[in-house]
Amino acid sequence: MDMLRYMLRRLLIALVTLWIIVTITFILMVTVPGSPFSDERSSNEAVQANLEAHYNLDDPYYMQYLLYLKNISMLDLGPSIKQPNQTVNDLLGRGFPISFELGMITIIFAVVSGVVLGIISALRHNGVLDYLSMGFAVLGISIPNFILATLFIQKLAADWEFFPVATWSSPMHMVLPVAALATGPMAIIARLTRSTMLEVLTQDYIKMARAKGLSPWKITFKHALRNALMPVVTIMGTLLAGILTGTFVIEQIFAIPGMGKYFVESINQRDYPVIMGTTVFYSTFLIFMLLLVDIVYGIIDPRIKLHKKGGE
Amino acid sequence: MKTAEVEAQHSSSKIPDEWFQLKEKDKNASEVVSRPSLSYWQDAWRRLRKNKMAMLGLVFLVILSFMAIFGPVMTPYEVNKQDLPNQYQAPSSEHWFGTDSAGRDVFTRTWYGARISLFVGLVAALIDVFIGIIYGGISGYKGGRTDNIMMRIIEILYGIPSLLVTILLLVVMGPSLFTIILALTITGWVGMARIVRGQVLQIKNYEYVLASQSFGGKTARIIRKHLLPNTMGPIIVQMTLSVPSAIFAEAFLSFIGLGIQSPYASWGVMANDSLGAILSGNWWTLFFPAFFISFTMFAFNVLGDGLQDALDPKLRK
Repeated sequence: MDMLRYMLRRLLIALVTLWIIVTITFILMVTVPGSPFSDERSSNEAVQANLEAHYNLDDPYYMQYLLYLKNISMLDLGPSIKQPNQTVNDLLGRGFPISFELGMITIIFAVVSGVVLGIISALRHNGVLDYLSMGFAVLGISIPNFILATLFIQKLAADWEFFPVATWSSPMHMVLPVAALATGPMAIIARLTRSTMLEVLTQDYIKMARAKGLSPWKITFKHALRNALMPVVTIMGTLLAGILTGTFVIEQIFAIPGMGKYFVESINQRDYPVIMGTTVFYSTFLIFMLLLVDIVYGIIDPRIKLHKKGGE
Repeated sequence: MKTAEVEAQHSSSKIPDEWFQLKEKDKNASEVVSRPSLSYWQDAWRRLRKNKMAMLGLVFLVILSFMAIFGPVMTPYEVNKQDLPNQYQAPSSEHWFGTDSAGRDVFTRTWYGARISLFVGLVAALIDVFIGIIYGGISGYKGGRTDNIMMRIIEILYGIPSLLVTILLLVVMGPSLFTIILALTITGWVGMARIVRGQVLQIKNYEYVLASQSFGGKTARIIRKHLLPNTMGPIIVQMTLSVPSAIFAEAFLSFIGLGIQSPYASWGVMANDSLGAILSGNWWTLFFPAFFISFTMFAFNVLGDGLQDALDPKLRK
């Protein structure tokens, strides 16, 4: 019951956040100086008026706002101005699956390798392996992903030809973009896992498990890791946001035809409906991911389970 | 009891009583402190100095700030002076870091970029601290209903993906030094406000705050004189960590075409401009800005880590 109320409360907050983003987006869209069509070649006034009427831009602002809200709630993000006969939904439908694939592979790779590095560091505290992996982690946090990406292309793809330079067609093509995008989150996860693992390993219940004669393997993975992973789950939302914005530059650099590439192009062409629509779409996506992370956290937090058992 | 008596007899038989003298009680001597008394900050500095990585970061940042101020005037070249016949000169005694596609001196531009990047990072972090302290301080100190409402607002703002809003704002307002800082701070203060609020919530129940309240201390005075000095540690740590993220955000924005426009030259703009150049072998145009972005982020990160350890009273030995 408590869990349900908690979820409902979080859902409500997510919806309010979303509404604020949509409203900010709308306000920004109408404050852009000039009509979106003022730089068209056909600067005939009648043509412009027709265009504006076609896109309902001659309505009063509150009518436009209501229409915008209505369209967005129907998942219609509107047309693109610079690419005729294309809607934002078309672009998203084409680009997002690729970006989603890139993002998912990245996050799985980052979590698995980050947690493994963190565990190794914690188990070999102040040992050579600890210093090596933490040194690697500090580097990973410090080097921006776009610099890493150019470095990879320059050395691994162009000079040594280990991997293809660009595009997204085979698993070999995916190695470099995923590596460039995953290094930062992986480093953050590794550092976090290490510090919480070190803290957990000194707790009494771990000593108890050792005293019982449990194998180190079981102690590490069954008893310590479960608690050490909680902070990692908490920062997943932030990491997801980072990876998502990371795809903008990574897709640009590796010429991957994902949503990030369209988004950056729309920024450079000042294609406002695409910029706004993508922002709203990505914000929605992130907000619901955050919500999911919160709910997952509530489910796997061992303390909440204990509480339930006591109640029964 | 018995052993004590035996010992007393034993010693008295060995050492004559007249050897003993009554010593004047020295009131000053009892007040002398054997170890120098260290304030919180002295103690923190002592611990920070032992952290080699953090000191490396600090030294790098001091040198970088020095070069950001004096670097551009040390060379005979101007930041935006184009010299097309001399494009893509490799690093030499004339051009220490080489020249770029327009023949501009990379050494001069690098330090000029340091100015922009450090300025954006520091100002954004300072504004975050300023708003965060006021918001978090009031929320934590007032508590109850005020805190509840203020925290709901934070919860809503926290869900907004900050870099997306930043992009949106820059698209509409057009990129400039001012708009970039504005866009970075518009959501950036939320994290700081949460930290300050958490600290204040904890500290406000301590006795010295109660004492000040019972003497009739006003809210503003209590927040300023008692709560803030004691939350300074986490605030400074958070600030050291938010400077590199602002620098990264600026570089990222430059990279997707929303960076600071000419005549300024930030590191992100320089890196973006020279992307094509490295494949043709002119590595220095990308290497120097990339190196300085990375090393500055590294320096702030290790310094922040070091400060976190140094300013944590629990770790005091």
